[in-house]
Amino acid sequence: MQLDEAIEDTLAIGNHALRSRLIVGTGKYAGYDVMAEALERSGTDCITVAVRRERLIDAAGNNLLDFIDTSRYTLLPNTAGCYSADDAVRVARLGREILLGLENPGADWVKLEVLADKKTLLPDPVATIEATERLVAEGFHVLCYSTDDPVVARRLKEAGAASVMPAGSPIGSGQGILNPNNIRICLEYLKDGDPDYPVIVDAGVGAASDVTIAMELGVDGVLLNTGIAHAKDPLRMADAMRHAIEAGRLSYLSGRIPKKLYATASSPTEGTITSFPS
Amino acid sequence: MQILVNGKPRHVHDDATVAELLTSLELDARQVAVEINLELAPRGEHPSRTLAPGDRVEVVTLVGGG
Repeated sequence: MQLDEAIEDTLAIGNHALRSRLIVGTGKYAGYDVMAEALERSGTDCITVAVRRERLIDAAGNNLLDFIDTSRYTLLPNTAGCYSADDAVRVARLGREILLGLENPGADWVKLEVLADKKTLLPDPVATIEATERLVAEGFHVLCYSTDDPVVARRLKEAGAASVMPAGSPIGSGQGILNPNNIRICLEYLKDGDPDYPVIVDAGVGAASDVTIAMELGVDGVLLNTGIAHAKDPLRMADAMRHAIEAGRLSYLSGRIPKKLYATASSPTEGTITSFPS
Repeated sequence: MQILVNGKPRHVHDDATVAELLTSLELDARQVAVEINLELAPRGEHPSRTLAPGDRVEVVTLVGGG
Protein backbone atom coordinates (compact mmCIF):
# COMPACT_ATOMS: atom_id res chain seq x y z
CA MET A 1 0.00 0.00 0.00
CA GLN A 2 1.34 3.43 -0.91
CA LEU A 3 1.78 5.85 1.96
CA ASP A 4 -0.87 8.29 0.73
CA GLU A 5 -3.28 5.42 0.27
CA ALA A 6 -2.54 4.25 3.79
CA ILE A 7 -3.30 7.69 5.17
CA GLU A 8 -6.63 7.76 3.36
CA ASP A 9 -7.57 4.28 4.56
CA THR A 10 -8.75 5.46 7.94
CA LEU A 11 -11.55 3.97 10.02
CA ALA A 12 -14.28 6.60 10.34
CA ILE A 13 -16.73 6.27 13.24
CA GLY A 14 -18.90 9.20 14.25
CA ASN A 15 -16.62 12.23 14.28
CA HIS A 16 -13.49 10.12 14.62
CA ALA A 17 -11.00 8.98 11.99
CA LEU A 18 -8.66 6.29 13.26
CA ARG A 19 -5.38 5.47 11.53
CA SER A 20 -5.26 1.94 12.90
CA ARG A 21 -8.22 -0.38 12.46
CA LEU A 22 -7.30 -2.13 15.69
CA ILE A 23 -8.94 -0.94 18.90
CA VAL A 24 -7.25 -2.33 22.00
CA GLY A 25 -8.52 -2.72 25.54
CA THR A 26 -6.55 -1.71 28.61
CA GLY A 27 -7.74 -4.42 31.00
CA LYS A 28 -6.16 -7.53 32.48
CA TYR A 29 -2.48 -6.82 31.83
CA ALA A 30 0.08 -8.04 34.35
CA GLY A 31 1.05 -4.41 34.97
CA TYR A 32 0.61 -0.90 33.63
CA ASP A 33 4.12 -0.88 32.12
CA VAL A 34 3.38 -3.97 30.03
CA MET A 35 0.05 -2.47 29.04
CA ALA A 36 1.61 0.79 27.87
CA GLU A 37 4.24 -1.01 25.79
CA ALA A 38 1.69 -3.43 24.32
CA LEU A 39 -0.56 -0.55 23.27
CA GLU A 40 2.40 1.12 21.60
CA ARG A 41 3.43 -2.01 19.71
CA SER A 42 -0.12 -2.82 18.60
CA GLY A 43 -0.11 0.35 16.52
CA THR A 44 -3.52 1.37 17.83
CA ASP A 45 -4.59 4.94 18.32
CA CYS A 46 -7.82 4.10 20.13
CA ILE A 47 -8.08 2.30 23.46
CA THR A 48 -11.03 1.25 25.57
CA VAL A 49 -11.33 2.08 29.26
CA ALA A 50 -13.83 1.24 32.00
CA VAL A 51 -15.50 3.44 34.61
CA ARG A 52 -15.17 2.27 38.22
CA ARG A 53 -15.31 3.56 41.76
CA GLU A 54 -12.24 5.50 42.81
CA ARG A 55 -10.28 3.51 45.40
CA LEU A 56 -10.52 5.90 48.30
CA ILE A 57 -8.38 3.96 50.74
CA ASP A 58 -5.42 3.12 48.54
CA ALA A 59 -4.21 6.66 48.01
CA ALA A 60 -0.83 5.40 46.84
CA GLY A 61 -2.46 3.18 44.21
CA ASN A 62 -1.48 3.86 40.65
CA ASN A 63 -4.08 5.33 38.34
CA LEU A 64 -4.40 4.04 34.78
CA LEU A 65 -4.29 7.63 33.59
CA ASP A 66 -0.73 7.97 34.88
CA PHE A 67 0.36 5.40 32.28
CA ILE A 68 -1.58 6.60 29.25
CA ASP A 69 -0.71 9.56 27.06
CA THR A 70 -4.22 10.94 26.66
CA SER A 71 -3.01 13.38 24.01
CA ARG A 72 -1.95 10.45 21.86
CA TYR A 73 -4.80 7.98 22.23
CA THR A 74 -8.49 8.52 21.69
CA LEU A 75 -10.16 6.91 24.69
CA LEU A 76 -13.29 4.85 24.16
CA PRO A 77 -15.09 4.55 27.51
CA ASN A 78 -17.21 1.44 27.93
CA THR A 79 -20.23 0.53 30.02
CA ALA A 80 -18.84 -2.87 30.95
CA GLY A 81 -20.48 -4.42 33.96
CA CYS A 82 -23.91 -2.90 33.26
CA TYR A 83 -26.92 -5.20 33.24
CA SER A 84 -29.65 -2.63 32.60
CA ALA A 85 -30.23 0.28 30.23
CA ASP A 86 -30.52 2.64 33.22
CA ASP A 87 -27.09 1.68 34.54
CA ALA A 88 -25.51 1.86 31.09
CA VAL A 89 -26.80 5.40 30.61
CA ARG A 90 -25.46 6.41 34.06
CA VAL A 91 -22.02 4.97 33.35
CA ALA A 92 -21.88 6.50 29.86
CA ARG A 93 -22.57 9.94 31.33
CA LEU A 94 -19.85 9.50 33.97
CA GLY A 95 -17.35 8.33 31.36
CA ARG A 96 -18.10 11.36 29.21
CA GLU A 97 -17.66 13.63 32.23
CA ILE A 98 -14.19 12.21 32.96
CA LEU A 99 -13.09 12.47 29.33
CA LEU A 100 -14.32 16.06 29.16
CA GLY A 101 -12.09 16.78 32.15
CA LEU A 102 -9.18 15.15 30.34
CA GLU A 103 -10.01 17.10 27.18
CA ASN A 104 -9.86 13.82 25.28
CA PRO A 105 -11.69 13.60 21.93
CA GLY A 106 -13.36 10.38 23.07
CA ALA A 107 -15.79 12.37 25.24
CA ASP A 108 -18.47 12.21 22.55
CA TRP A 109 -18.64 8.45 22.12
CA VAL A 110 -19.19 5.30 24.15
CA LYS A 111 -18.80 1.57 23.77
CA LEU A 112 -22.19 0.35 24.92
CA GLU A 113 -22.33 -2.98 26.72
CA VAL A 114 -25.57 -4.04 28.35
CA LEU A 115 -25.06 -7.61 29.45
CA ALA A 116 -27.62 -10.30 30.12
CA ASP A 117 -25.83 -12.73 32.43
CA LYS A 118 -22.49 -13.11 34.14
CA LYS A 119 -21.65 -16.55 32.83
CA THR A 120 -21.79 -15.88 29.10
CA LEU A 121 -21.42 -12.08 29.20
CA LEU A 122 -23.78 -12.13 26.24
CA PRO A 123 -25.51 -8.81 25.58
CA ASP A 124 -29.17 -8.19 26.35
CA PRO A 125 -30.39 -7.13 22.90
CA VAL A 126 -33.60 -5.43 24.08
CA ALA A 127 -31.85 -3.39 26.78
CA THR A 128 -29.00 -2.56 24.37
CA ILE A 129 -31.44 -1.15 21.81
CA GLU A 130 -33.20 0.89 24.53
CA ALA A 131 -29.91 2.27 25.88
CA THR A 132 -28.76 3.09 22.35
CA GLU A 133 -31.86 5.18 21.70
CA ARG A 134 -31.47 7.05 24.98
CA LEU A 135 -27.76 7.74 24.54
CA VAL A 136 -28.16 8.85 20.92
CA ALA A 137 -30.82 11.30 22.15
CA GLU A 138 -28.20 12.67 24.58
CA GLY A 139 -25.74 13.27 21.76
CA PHE A 140 -23.50 10.23 22.14
CA HIS A 141 -21.99 8.37 19.21
CA VAL A 142 -22.83 4.86 20.34
CA LEU A 143 -20.71 1.83 19.41
CA CYS A 144 -22.82 -1.19 20.27
CA TYR A 145 -21.41 -4.46 21.48
CA SER A 146 -23.81 -7.08 20.13
CA THR A 147 -24.10 -10.72 19.26
CA ASP A 148 -23.60 -11.66 15.62
CA ASP A 149 -27.38 -11.78 15.08
CA PRO A 150 -27.99 -9.84 11.83
CA VAL A 151 -31.53 -8.83 12.84
CA VAL A 152 -30.35 -7.33 16.14
CA ALA A 153 -27.52 -5.63 14.26
CA ARG A 154 -30.03 -4.00 11.93
CA ARG A 155 -32.22 -2.90 14.84
CA LEU A 156 -29.23 -1.31 16.56
CA LYS A 157 -28.37 0.65 13.43
CA GLU A 158 -32.00 1.78 13.15
CA ALA A 159 -31.79 2.90 16.80
CA GLY A 160 -28.96 5.23 15.78
CA ALA A 161 -25.82 3.28 16.58
CA ALA A 162 -22.68 4.89 15.11
CA SER A 163 -21.23 1.38 14.77
CA VAL A 164 -22.47 -2.11 15.41
CA MET A 165 -19.84 -4.41 16.92
CA PRO A 166 -20.79 -8.07 16.65
CA ALA A 167 -18.86 -10.48 18.83
CA GLY A 168 -16.77 -13.12 17.09
CA SER A 169 -17.33 -15.32 20.15
CA PRO A 170 -17.93 -14.64 23.88
CA ILE A 171 -15.82 -11.98 25.62
CA GLY A 172 -12.43 -13.27 26.68
CA SER A 173 -13.14 -16.77 25.32
CA GLY A 174 -10.46 -16.73 22.62
CA GLN A 175 -12.63 -18.85 20.35
CA GLY A 176 -12.17 -16.57 17.36
CA ILE A 177 -14.83 -15.99 14.70
CA LEU A 178 -17.31 -18.79 15.39
CA ASN A 179 -19.89 -17.90 12.76
CA PRO A 180 -18.34 -16.06 9.84
CA ASN A 181 -21.56 -16.45 7.87
CA ASN A 182 -23.49 -14.41 10.43
CA ILE A 183 -20.81 -11.70 10.29
CA ARG A 184 -21.21 -11.73 6.49
CA ILE A 185 -24.96 -11.24 6.79
CA CYS A 186 -24.45 -8.49 9.38
CA LEU A 187 -22.16 -6.75 6.88
CA GLU A 188 -24.70 -7.18 4.08
CA TYR A 189 -27.54 -5.73 6.18
CA LEU A 190 -25.58 -2.90 7.77
CA LYS A 191 -23.78 -1.77 4.63
CA ASP A 192 -26.76 -2.04 2.28
CA GLY A 193 -26.85 1.36 0.54
CA ASP A 194 -24.39 2.62 3.17
CA PRO A 195 -21.04 0.99 2.33
CA ASP A 196 -19.05 3.19 4.71
CA TYR A 197 -21.10 2.22 7.79
CA PRO A 198 -18.48 0.94 10.27
CA VAL A 199 -18.79 -2.64 11.50
CA ILE A 200 -16.26 -3.84 14.07
CA VAL A 201 -15.73 -7.33 15.41
CA ASP A 202 -15.59 -6.95 19.18
CA ALA A 203 -14.64 -9.85 21.43
CA GLY A 204 -13.48 -13.42 21.04
CA VAL A 205 -10.08 -12.88 19.41
CA GLY A 206 -7.57 -15.45 20.66
CA ALA A 207 -4.77 -15.19 18.12
CA ALA A 208 -3.58 -12.97 15.31
CA SER A 209 -5.18 -15.20 12.67
CA ASP A 210 -8.62 -14.41 14.15
CA VAL A 211 -8.03 -10.72 13.47
CA THR A 212 -7.05 -11.40 9.89
CA ILE A 213 -10.02 -13.69 9.31
CA ALA A 214 -12.38 -11.01 10.65
CA MET A 215 -10.85 -8.34 8.43
CA GLU A 216 -10.96 -10.60 5.36
CA LEU A 217 -14.71 -10.90 5.87
CA GLY A 218 -14.88 -7.16 5.22
CA VAL A 219 -15.37 -5.72 8.68
CA ASP A 220 -13.88 -2.29 9.23
CA GLY A 221 -11.97 -2.97 12.41
CA VAL A 222 -11.38 -5.31 15.32
CA LEU A 223 -11.58 -4.58 19.04
CA LEU A 224 -9.68 -6.92 21.34
CA ASN A 225 -8.17 -7.03 24.80
CA THR A 226 -7.57 -10.45 26.36
CA GLY A 227 -5.89 -11.85 23.24
CA ILE A 228 -2.96 -9.52 23.91
CA ALA A 229 -3.21 -9.02 27.67
CA HIS A 230 -3.23 -12.73 28.53
CA ALA A 231 -0.86 -14.00 25.85
CA LYS A 232 2.30 -15.56 27.28
CA ASP A 233 4.24 -12.74 25.66
CA PRO A 234 1.85 -9.80 25.38
CA LEU A 235 4.36 -7.54 23.65
CA ARG A 236 5.12 -10.01 20.87
CA MET A 237 1.40 -10.72 20.49
CA ALA A 238 0.79 -6.97 20.18
CA ASP A 239 3.26 -6.99 17.27
CA ALA A 240 1.40 -9.93 15.76
CA MET A 241 -1.95 -8.18 16.07
CA ARG A 242 -0.56 -5.09 14.33
CA HIS A 243 0.58 -7.19 11.40
CA ALA A 244 -2.65 -9.19 11.41
CA ILE A 245 -4.93 -6.18 11.12
CA GLU A 246 -2.89 -4.82 8.21
CA ALA A 247 -2.68 -8.19 6.50
CA GLY A 248 -6.41 -8.75 6.81
CA ARG A 249 -7.28 -5.29 5.53
CA LEU A 250 -4.94 -5.57 2.54
CA SER A 251 -6.16 -9.08 1.80
CA TYR A 252 -9.78 -7.93 1.86
CA LEU A 253 -9.07 -4.92 -0.37
CA SER A 254 -7.10 -7.10 -2.78
CA GLY A 255 -10.01 -9.46 -3.44
CA ARG A 256 -9.35 -13.10 -2.73
CA ILE A 257 -9.54 -15.81 -5.39
CA PRO A 258 -12.63 -17.98 -5.40
CA LYS A 259 -12.33 -21.35 -3.69
CA LYS A 260 -12.36 -24.25 -6.16
CA LEU A 261 -12.66 -27.97 -5.58
CA TYR A 262 -9.82 -29.02 -7.90
CA ALA A 263 -6.27 -27.85 -8.43
CA THR A 264 -5.07 -25.35 -11.02
CA ALA A 265 -1.39 -25.62 -11.97
CA SER A 266 0.74 -22.58 -11.31
CA SER A 267 3.49 -23.68 -13.77
CA PRO A 268 2.86 -23.94 -17.56
CA THR A 269 1.54 -27.29 -18.76
CA GLU A 270 3.11 -26.69 -22.21
CA GLY A 271 6.78 -27.37 -22.86
CA THR A 272 7.25 -29.96 -20.17
CA ILE A 273 9.94 -32.60 -20.92
CA THR A 274 7.98 -35.20 -18.99
CA SER A 275 4.81 -37.07 -19.84
CA PHE A 276 1.50 -36.62 -18.02
CA PRO A 277 -0.51 -39.53 -16.67
CA SER A 278 -3.60 -40.18 -18.76
CA MET B 1 -23.70 15.12 58.68
CA GLN B 2 -23.39 11.64 57.26
CA ILE B 3 -23.32 10.76 53.56
CA LEU B 4 -22.44 7.63 51.61
CA VAL B 5 -19.34 7.82 49.43
CA ASN B 6 -18.82 4.84 47.14
CA GLY B 7 -21.05 2.78 49.37
CA LYS B 8 -19.32 3.68 52.65
CA PRO B 9 -20.52 6.09 55.35
CA ARG B 10 -18.50 9.30 55.60
CA HIS B 11 -18.85 12.31 57.86
CA VAL B 12 -18.67 15.77 56.27
CA HIS B 13 -19.46 19.17 57.72
CA ASP B 14 -22.89 20.64 57.13
CA ASP B 15 -23.31 22.28 53.71
CA ALA B 16 -20.06 20.72 52.47
CA THR B 17 -19.68 21.09 48.72
CA VAL B 18 -18.68 18.42 46.20
CA ALA B 19 -15.42 20.30 45.61
CA GLU B 20 -14.66 20.21 49.34
CA LEU B 21 -15.40 16.50 49.47
CA LEU B 22 -12.98 15.80 46.60
CA THR B 23 -10.31 17.89 48.29
CA SER B 24 -10.75 15.98 51.55
CA LEU B 25 -10.41 12.73 49.59
CA GLU B 26 -7.18 14.05 48.03
CA LEU B 27 -8.44 13.35 44.53
CA ASP B 28 -7.46 15.06 41.30
CA ALA B 29 -10.79 16.51 40.18
CA ARG B 30 -9.80 16.21 36.52
CA GLN B 31 -9.53 12.43 36.76
CA VAL B 32 -12.88 11.72 38.40
CA ALA B 33 -16.59 12.15 37.84
CA VAL B 34 -19.19 12.48 40.58
CA GLU B 35 -22.73 11.19 40.75
CA ILE B 36 -25.16 12.12 43.52
CA ASN B 37 -28.28 9.99 44.05
CA LEU B 38 -27.89 8.47 40.54
CA GLU B 39 -27.59 11.89 38.84
CA LEU B 40 -24.35 13.22 37.35
CA ALA B 41 -22.95 16.25 39.19
CA PRO B 42 -21.10 18.16 36.45
CA ARG B 43 -17.59 19.32 37.24
CA GLY B 44 -18.47 22.98 36.81
CA GLU B 45 -21.03 22.74 39.62
CA HIS B 46 -18.71 21.11 42.15
CA PRO B 47 -17.74 24.35 43.96
CA SER B 48 -21.36 25.42 44.43
CA ARG B 49 -23.12 22.06 44.81
CA THR B 50 -23.79 21.42 48.48
CA LEU B 51 -24.35 17.94 49.83
CA ALA B 52 -27.34 16.91 51.92
CA PRO B 53 -27.55 14.36 54.74
CA GLY B 54 -27.89 10.84 53.40
CA ASP B 55 -26.72 11.72 49.87
CA ARG B 56 -25.40 8.69 48.01
CA VAL B 57 -22.26 9.90 46.27
CA GLU B 58 -20.30 7.93 43.71
CA VAL B 59 -16.80 9.08 42.79
CA VAL B 60 -15.52 7.22 39.73
CA THR B 61 -12.41 7.22 37.60
CA LEU B 62 -11.09 5.29 34.60
CA VAL B 63 -9.60 1.83 34.96
CA GLY B 64 -8.33 -0.75 32.51
CA GLY B 65 -11.12 -2.39 30.53
CA GLY B 66 -12.02 -3.90 27.19
